[in-house]
Amino acid sequence: MLPACVRSICKKSIPANKALGLIARNGSGHTVGETQFETQPFKLHKLDEGPSTHVTLTRDEALNMYTQMHTIRRMETSAGNLYKEKIVRGFCHLYSGQEAVAVGIKHALRPHDAVITAYRAHGWTHIMGVPPFEVLSELTGRRTGCARGKGGSMHMYCKNFYGGNGIVGAQVPLGVGIALAAQYKGTDGVCVTLYGDGAANQGQVFEVYNMAKLWDVPCIFVCENNGYGMGTSSVRSSASTDYYTRGDYVPGIWVDGMDVLAVRQAARLAVNYCASGKGPIVIEVQTYRYSGHSMSDPGTSYRTREEVQEVRQTRDPITSFKEKIISHNLVTADEIKEIDAKIRTEVDEATKKAKAEKEIGIDELPADIYANNLEGDIRGVSIFQPLKHKRIGPAVNV
Amino acid sequence: MVSKSGRTLLNLASLNRVISKRAFSNSKTLAAKQMTVRDALNSALDEEMTRDEKVFILGEEVAQYDGAYKVTRGLWKKYGDKRVIDTPITEMGFAGIATGAAMAGLRPVCEFMTFNFAMQAIDQIINSAAKTFYMSAGRVNVPIVFRGPNGAAAGVAAQHSQCYGAWYAHCPGLKVVSPYNSEDAKGLLKSAIRDPDPVVCLENEILYGVQYPMSDEALSSDFLLPIGKAKIERPGKHITLVAHSKAVETCLDAAKELAGKGIEAEVINLRSLRPIDIDTITKSVVKTNHLVSVEQGWPTCGIGAEILARLMESEVFYHLDQPAVRITGADVPMPYTQSLEVAALPRPADVVDAVKRLLKVK
Repeated sequence: MLPACVRSICKKSIPANKALGLIARNGSGHTVGETQFETQPFKLHKLDEGPSTHVTLTRDEALNMYTQMHTIRRMETSAGNLYKEKIVRGFCHLYSGQEAVAVGIKHALRPHDAVITAYRAHGWTHIMGVPPFEVLSELTGRRTGCARGKGGSMHMYCKNFYGGNGIVGAQVPLGVGIALAAQYKGTDGVCVTLYGDGAANQGQVFEVYNMAKLWDVPCIFVCENNGYGMGTSSVRSSASTDYYTRGDYVPGIWVDGMDVLAVRQAARLAVNYCASGKGPIVIEVQTYRYSGHSMSDPGTSYRTREEVQEVRQTRDPITSFKEKIISHNLVTADEIKEIDAKIRTEVDEATKKAKAEKEIGIDELPADIYANNLEGDIRGVSIFQPLKHKRIGPAVNV
Repeated sequence: MVSKSGRTLLNLASLNRVISKRAFSNSKTLAAKQMTVRDALNSALDEEMTRDEKVFILGEEVAQYDGAYKVTRGLWKKYGDKRVIDTPITEMGFAGIATGAAMAGLRPVCEFMTFNFAMQAIDQIINSAAKTFYMSAGRVNVPIVFRGPNGAAAGVAAQHSQCYGAWYAHCPGLKVVSPYNSEDAKGLLKSAIRDPDPVVCLENEILYGVQYPMSDEALSSDFLLPIGKAKIERPGKHITLVAHSKAVETCLDAAKELAGKGIEAEVINLRSLRPIDIDTITKSVVKTNHLVSVEQGWPTCGIGAEILARLMESEVFYHLDQPAVRITGADVPMPYTQSLEVAALPRPADVVDAVKRLLKVK
């Protein structure tokens, strides 16, 4: 296998202050270019050496990570409101509370690495390259959505991002398949395959642990343990809640999922591990979801409001990161305010536009059923209403 | 209305709205008692659990959460951990456990949060539950009920909007019921639980919160509806409309509209998809000489396709004045887009249009 070049990504990314149009401060701001942090210790399973708890963070990375996490938070708040306004229909699973997982992992990935997740997909979709407007438009079911409004909350896709999946656990074998494709093609790409503590009990997860290990498939299994599989706490669903050990012969790392830097450390090690041909690895990220399982679940019958409040106040991934980077003079409080205001404006405008956009036309009902349609006309609700199949999307594998 | 997620957890607040609405209706002078489909299913489960110790329920969120759609509300409190069991989100596993328990003499009711998730477990339903009696040469029958919401809900996109009627009706060894209203739901589920064979009970999520009248007979704990018998919901002489589940409502609405044009449509509520009550359909078509089948599932190899084929194979063919036609869900995966979703499912206007074409009226 090719050697990994894991740490190049941060250097290549656009400086966040530039991307945000912020002017770097001098004088009263007194920011530093980079600084060091200590993360909480990791727990290891069948690994000789874990990630270093000693982390270096640059100012650009800090700005970037903060911006990304905060954008997800704002976007999800907006999504929740749109659901309450009945503009988002059906499903709406919010990522609020879990932002550090997506952002931390993304900062360890290289451009050719892939990701697949479950139905809690809005945050990941954004992090993998879809602007808030296209995520929100997908949620409102409008033509400007990243799936033209046909997929909705759980079915969003972009380059190297193979979607949300509405069936618990089903994305896990798919992720191993995506990783297999990377191995087959001889890239050193990995696939990050995410699932929750609920899905962790699915039989298919164990089936593909086995095959991934058997064939040294470069898959990073990421168990986002937010404590609850729908309305069932992990202790009520899982005979062992040490999800990082449940791959048995697949090594694992436990990481505090509320600390974006710790998540990045664990993900960097995992990318290195997989890309160097050692086979799969499991990361359990201990995180928390503030909302119910979905918007139709108030999320209060199986846990207390106090519990949610306590996590918000003591472990919030965004607040804690903000405090950390301000107190270490990586950014100033004023800069944070400026970023917050900018994100608020961007998401508010995106929301407004996502509500105002049109839906796709009825001519698209039979569009893209097949990459190569062999059926001629598509049957509508009766023989009297034939529909014309058409091709619209890029069909990336044709 | 019920909204849901990749998985569903029903908002209690919206449930309470439904409940208080019912209380309000009851305070009016209604002849028959009104009951939601949800409550009808709940009373069926409750009565059968009281009647038979061997009956137990397992599935996701059925116990402490009171059911994702609240169908099992109150049962865990009443019957306890032994008889109302919360499972992990592991359909293949718990469907297999339920089937094994039935093979060993229990009467499990295996709830799928929706039938979309039962696809994870379909091997156990078909290969283990449906075929064991035959494979054991009549030794081991498997008295199990697989139940849960089926078909298109609202705004839940392709992976959660699908009718499995044709899938299960395809398989010998299974019985399949598809209740429309509250009486159907209660009578068919009770019969399913008492049946010695595996029965798939396909409920409709959108109808869970809808109230329908319940006769005194239907309120009794002895109320059973025979599996395999259809019901004529509305008699008529010009054309036969045959449907199951929510499509029955589509037909009744269409029939109402047609009546205004002097066309009397006979509406048949299939209730069972396997066995399918071809006798009732036959008698009706002999009378009306026209047939339209209506369903929310896809057309290819669907329930309508089966009905039309059976008529074609029989003498009834000669009683048809026009080719029979199917109204179905459009032959596409369900889009999230609201306007497209509406167009993907049969509406009363589609039925009216087909009827007018067959009867050659404008």
